Amino acid sequence: MISAPYLEVAVLVLGAVILLIESFSSKLDRRYLGYAALVGLTLIFLATFRVAPQTATSSAPFWDFYSADTTSLFFKRIALATTAGVIVMILDFAPLVATGIQGTTPQSGLGEFFALPLFTCAGLMWMSSAIDFVLIFVSLELVTISFYVLVGFTRRNPTSLEAAVKYLVLSAVATGFLVYGITWIFGATGETNLQKITTVLSRPGLEQNAALFGAVLVIVALGFKIAAVPFHIWVADVYQGAPTPVTAYLSVGSKAAGFVVLLRVLDPFLLLPQMQTLLVAIAVLTLIYGNLAALPQTNVKRLLAYSSIAHAGYLLVAVVSFSGRAVAFYLVAYLLMTLLSFAVLILVSQPGGDQLESFAGLSQRSPFLAFAMLVAMASLAGVPFTAGFLGKFLVFDAAIATHHFGLVVVAIVTVGAGFYYYFKVVRAIYWDAPSSSTDKIIVSPLTRAALIALIAGTFVLGVYPQPIFDALAR
Amino acid sequence: MILLLVTFAPIVAAISIMIGFPARLTALAASLLTLLISAIIFLRFNALGGFQFVVTFPISPELGLNFTLGVDGLSLLMILLGAIVLVAAVWFTGEIEHHENAFYACLLLIAGGAIGAFASLNLFFFYAFHELALIPTFLLIGIWGTGNRRAAAWKVTIYLALGSIILLVGLIMLYRAVPATARSLDLRILQAEQIPASLQSSIYLVLFIGFGVLISLVPFHTWAPEAYACAPAPAAMLHAGVLKKFGLYGLLRLALPLLPEGARQWSGILLVLLLANIIYIGLVTIAQRRLDWMLGYSSVMHMGYIFLGIASANILGATGAAILMFAHGLSIALLFGITGEIRKRVSSLDFDAMGGLAKAMPFAAFAFGLGVFAAIGLPGFANFAAEIMVVFGAFRNGFDYQHFHIFQWATLLALWGVVISAVYMLRAYRRTFFGNSAKSELVIADIYSSFSVPIALLVTVSLLLGFFPQIAVNLLVPAFRNYFSATQ
Repeated sequence: MISAPYLEVAVLVLGAVILLIESFSSKLDRRYLGYAALVGLTLIFLATFRVAPQTATSSAPFWDFYSADTTSLFFKRIALATTAGVIVMILDFAPLVATGIQGTTPQSGLGEFFALPLFTCAGLMWMSSAIDFVLIFVSLELVTISFYVLVGFTRRNPTSLEAAVKYLVLSAVATGFLVYGITWIFGATGETNLQKITTVLSRPGLEQNAALFGAVLVIVALGFKIAAVPFHIWVADVYQGAPTPVTAYLSVGSKAAGFVVLLRVLDPFLLLPQMQTLLVAIAVLTLIYGNLAALPQTNVKRLLAYSSIAHAGYLLVAVVSFSGRAVAFYLVAYLLMTLLSFAVLILVSQPGGDQLESFAGLSQRSPFLAFAMLVAMASLAGVPFTAGFLGKFLVFDAAIATHHFGLVVVAIVTVGAGFYYYFKVVRAIYWDAPSSSTDKIIVSPLTRAALIALIAGTFVLGVYPQPIFDALAR
Repeated sequence: MILLLVTFAPIVAAISIMIGFPARLTALAASLLTLLISAIIFLRFNALGGFQFVVTFPISPELGLNFTLGVDGLSLLMILLGAIVLVAAVWFTGEIEHHENAFYACLLLIAGGAIGAFASLNLFFFYAFHELALIPTFLLIGIWGTGNRRAAAWKVTIYLALGSIILLVGLIMLYRAVPATARSLDLRILQAEQIPASLQSSIYLVLFIGFGVLISLVPFHTWAPEAYACAPAPAAMLHAGVLKKFGLYGLLRLALPLLPEGARQWSGILLVLLLANIIYIGLVTIAQRRLDWMLGYSSVMHMGYIFLGIASANILGATGAAILMFAHGLSIALLFGITGEIRKRVSSLDFDAMGGLAKAMPFAAFAFGLGVFAAIGLPGFANFAAEIMVVFGAFRNGFDYQHFHIFQWATLLALWGVVISAVYMLRAYRRTFFGNSAKSELVIADIYSSFSVPIALLVTVSLLLGFFPQIAVNLLVPAFRNYFSATQ
């Protein structure tokens, strides 16, 4: 049996080793670094199954900060799987990195592009274990700072730079809110540990309003991470400008870790009626805005950005309905379908750009990629036999069980809208004739294997969710 | 096990076609196999035995989710309909200019989804199999359709997706309405439970709207005529003939037995809406000037009769409704099939531009005539037997009203629909096949003689049930007897 904190250490060491090789070996083909990162991540992923889940039973003060329960292990796996998927995407994206950086050698900068996501991954894993505001803040910053670099990584590309500046400024504001909120909560309760805060809050005669105010500020900061309306302003531009693998990473990894922290932070506050009202309002706004704004998009990357806001809305419905199970399952489904769509996007957009027209006639240029995108869109829209549908099923079930019928009505309308914009992509793939290029698209064996794994996962979880439930329950 | 075969034969065939098996051959073989297996099930079926041929694979005990297939008389009848229409639709598919394999795969997926939904005893898969048809329908109409196909494809997809998601909410409400100890998605377990009367009304309403959109009940009907007019003929045959029956099947299977109190409360509204289907849509159908639109509207109108049988909430009416679902599926499939063939041969399906086609296409005229006679309920066809049962069932109705009631009024008004449908069908028949022939169209060829096989299949089954409705009644009455014992 392994102790859980070693997992993060292993990821950090892996990242540091790759960075060292990058710095001191000039002749090596940088793609080998990517393969090394993949192998390392796979080994660490397998190691998570050897970790004994353990709660804060030990007297060591470390366990006041860090929890290794099943939930955090589960989200660590999500972080590792996402990072592995992103590394595969970076391997496909490598030619564009060269044009975006224009260094002295054709592959300059590529090694760092493999190392940085590993540091982000360690941050995401810490976030999923954090049960103390101090660790939450530190791990969140580790994630955010590595993302500052990643978003602006293709620095010769003006849109990437613009995205980086927007992300930097707005992210800093969100961090400010987080710290301010934490101070209010600390001031009101005298604690930073979430479990101790819960005990203090339930004490009779305590002035709750100060803590509540702090919690709202924390929600603002986390709303930024999970791309909830009205804290979503950065999303469309940053997603569109960032290198596509980074967009996928932001969209999945950042959101998943944001939600696990949100679940933990809300735990003491969620039963308060004011908090319920606030979250329902945010969920409704997020659902409506994300889906409606996605309708007219013609840029696939931007469309996926708004769709990511929309899915944050469904996840918030599950949060309001106290269903941790629905949140966890939905995030896994979201991981599969989002990585799938971004991986296809990278391959399709390299000659033609991110516009919807690049997808026109894809069924003739590459039937395999066309099918992969069809599965991704069907799952995002919520067609049965895909993981996305089962996720929506669980969300609707949770909302109905807790009598949030207003949310259900809004969600019905937005799911209908979702069918329109996801099927727009399907239409381009299957109805339209190829516009510019009719060349076949070549898919490398590694990417093909990754895509097949994602498609299979989407279908298997669509009818057999039990493995996820088991992983959460044990 | 045999049910697994009949459900997955079309789906496996669709996948095989996509990975390179010869399209038409595989599709025909798979559809004939499906028909053969469903015939075997029919012969081995014991009408008094409840749900039979049950197979179960546990999936998630936490959710009460199993993959369970099983048939009683009602679902067996629907599976037979699906298999027969699938054979006819595949046979009627002529030469497809591009992406022939995808076309056949889409057809098989629609049929497989419908059959799977009819065979499922678990609400999750009951719903999921039906949605399997969503993307194939979108592609079939959008790629191979005619006329304003793109708009039609969008409309049908968004409408059906929205209807389905409302239905999903209704199903979850049903699942949540039983006490936690008995909570299950299994139909048989739910049927043993009493749903509290206070919840029945709202659940019935949600299910009713969801199913109503799928069935094209007024005012949710606008997607149907356009979609059927623009769809390629085999797709229209399967969609109007089989898939649309899913909503009616759902009402018979879920809404009536599980929510009798809800059914009683909403029966007044339902009667008004179904009369709108029969009278208003009937008049709209008369006003149509194109053959394909006329057929599209007529299929919306006939839903009203089936609704009437369901609304009556007694054994007679429900049995009539189920047989009418079957009979309408056969006749509308025949009509859409022949219309598709005509569309390939003439420049326009406008009544003014056609006429005298019987000279050039005597066989098509004969077959279309049989379809018309079946559709208007001429005695001898299954439609007649079914409509008689529906009308008598509705007049008596299952709610034991003591005096002359809205049900009786509704039945009397609905009878006028028979006249309306005779008017538009016979007029369409006359203007298409008889009268002065349009100029340049005398050289067109008749439909292939090989098409006599699917036509004979559809007509024979309809005549068989028309002369011996007892075959279907024996299947259905034991299935319905449990539901209505309280009210009959």
